[in-house]
Amino acid sequence: MAYSEKVIDHYSNPRNIGTLDKNSNTVGTGLVGAPECGDVMRLQIQVNPETGVIEDAKFKTFGCGSAIASSSLATEWLKGKSVDEALSIDNMDIVEELALPPVKIHCSVLAEDAIKAAINDYRVKQGLEPFVEDKPTHH
Amino acid sequence: MVKLPVYLDNNATTPVDSRVLEAMIPFFTQHFGNASSRNHAFGWEAEDAVDQARKDIADLIHASDKEIIFTSGATESNNLALKGVFEMYRDKGNHIITINTEHKAILDTCSHLEKSGAEITYLETGEDGLITIEQLEQAIRKETILVTIMYANNEIGVVQPIREIGALCAAKGILFHSDATQAVGKIPVDVIADNIHLMSFTAHKMYGPKGIGALYVRRKNPRVKVTAQMDGGGHERGMRSGTLNVPGIVGFGKAAALAKVEMQADAERLSKLRDKLETALLELEESYVNGSREHRLPHCTNMSFKYVEGEGLIMGVKDIAVSSGSACTSASLEPSYVLKNLGLDDELAHSSLRFGLSRFTTEEEIDFTINCVKTAVTRLREMSPLWEMFKEGIDLKSVKWQEH
Repeated sequence: MAYSEKVIDHYSNPRNIGTLDKNSNTVGTGLVGAPECGDVMRLQIQVNPETGVIEDAKFKTFGCGSAIASSSLATEWLKGKSVDEALSIDNMDIVEELALPPVKIHCSVLAEDAIKAAINDYRVKQGLEPFVEDKPTHH
Repeated sequence: MVKLPVYLDNNATTPVDSRVLEAMIPFFTQHFGNASSRNHAFGWEAEDAVDQARKDIADLIHASDKEIIFTSGATESNNLALKGVFEMYRDKGNHIITINTEHKAILDTCSHLEKSGAEITYLETGEDGLITIEQLEQAIRKETILVTIMYANNEIGVVQPIREIGALCAAKGILFHSDATQAVGKIPVDVIADNIHLMSFTAHKMYGPKGIGALYVRRKNPRVKVTAQMDGGGHERGMRSGTLNVPGIVGFGKAAALAKVEMQADAERLSKLRDKLETALLELEESYVNGSREHRLPHCTNMSFKYVEGEGLIMGVKDIAVSSGSACTSASLEPSYVLKNLGLDDELAHSSLRFGLSRFTTEEEIDFTINCVKTAVTRLREMSPLWEMFKEGIDLKSVKWQEH
């Protein structure tokens, strides 16, 4: 399968690989996927509780090139956004940006799930209600 | 300097040996006759060339030339063997025994026959990829007409106990077919000593061209017949109609003649290179060889690198052409059924690479491969959350995963 240049770029030079302190109150962690499915993503956000702005984002991903690229791109997009803005990131934005083929759309879905899981983890730590989707927005 | 990419997917197909190509060329433009044309020199030349090739191919497997039926390849040979035997011997019984790690050309043909009233037993291999004689013996019934068991597996290279299987089938009076696609031309195959009654193999796995294969059909002790699956001019003793692919057959014959002479030296050299590759990659933590290391082909290995996903790994070793058991290489999300049937965890099945060496593989290429795979595995582990969890001592089985 031919990968797009952007996927290859993120795969070869992934942005923001790393680990934040998952026990910190200002860090939200999302761990999604399953080893037996061949994809596991861990996405973490460091939020400034005063401003609600995501100041740092890190990821680690077990998966194919498209899964690595989707999570790398997600961390890039998250940095500097408010938590509320981050919730509006849609998996199809990732598909478009990385030119993912139809068989790789699940990688973008996983990245969106990871973002939402990280935000919810942060919200719960802050004593807030977890964000619940009205209906699945995955495409 | 190593020429890139390095080709190590020789279980999928091998390049044509230049000596094979040279032998074939005159049969496209000069000696282009139809081997069935009995009335002129063009036909006679073609027929002579086919006769010689048939002898060389038969000689490689200790058969006689009349027992070689040319087909388009091993998939057709497998179809002809299974469907042809089932139709021919249906009144004797409807039970066929095979194993669950066969190639799809066998497994899908078996499913097809099930719809026509066949009963199929799929023996389960052990962790080493092998079946035992006791398993086979227990599965045999009075309705059993055919046992079909591959000589060597295409994904992991393990070699089944063919001689014992053949002896048991002979003693029970049951026909024995073997898909020997990966074995012929690589290791000695002797249809008499192995008591094989039908055997499928193909040119393009042994440095010959694609599009030409053979089915060995025994003529003595017992005399075996298969019902033709294609109607036409009654070529190949009535078992496979269709104008003979003369250039392909000539190439197949040349490849067989070369294998007869060079196979042993190739095997010795390649098993040393394979062992060098395997030993070096086993130095990586949490790396494993899949399947028996004792009973297997000399030129290939299948390895898993835990906590690294196969397709991601293939992308990281783009200068090496290999295949992976990962789900992502297929349209389905299922990893290799061969590896799963060995009882491998899905993670290990997803993390596998298959290396197949050839007559043309050099030591420099193997050194390059070792370096390339080690670098990629190390890099991908640094970005793998599973590797981090493993290093922290978390049991991945205790984690509640969100399946998708």
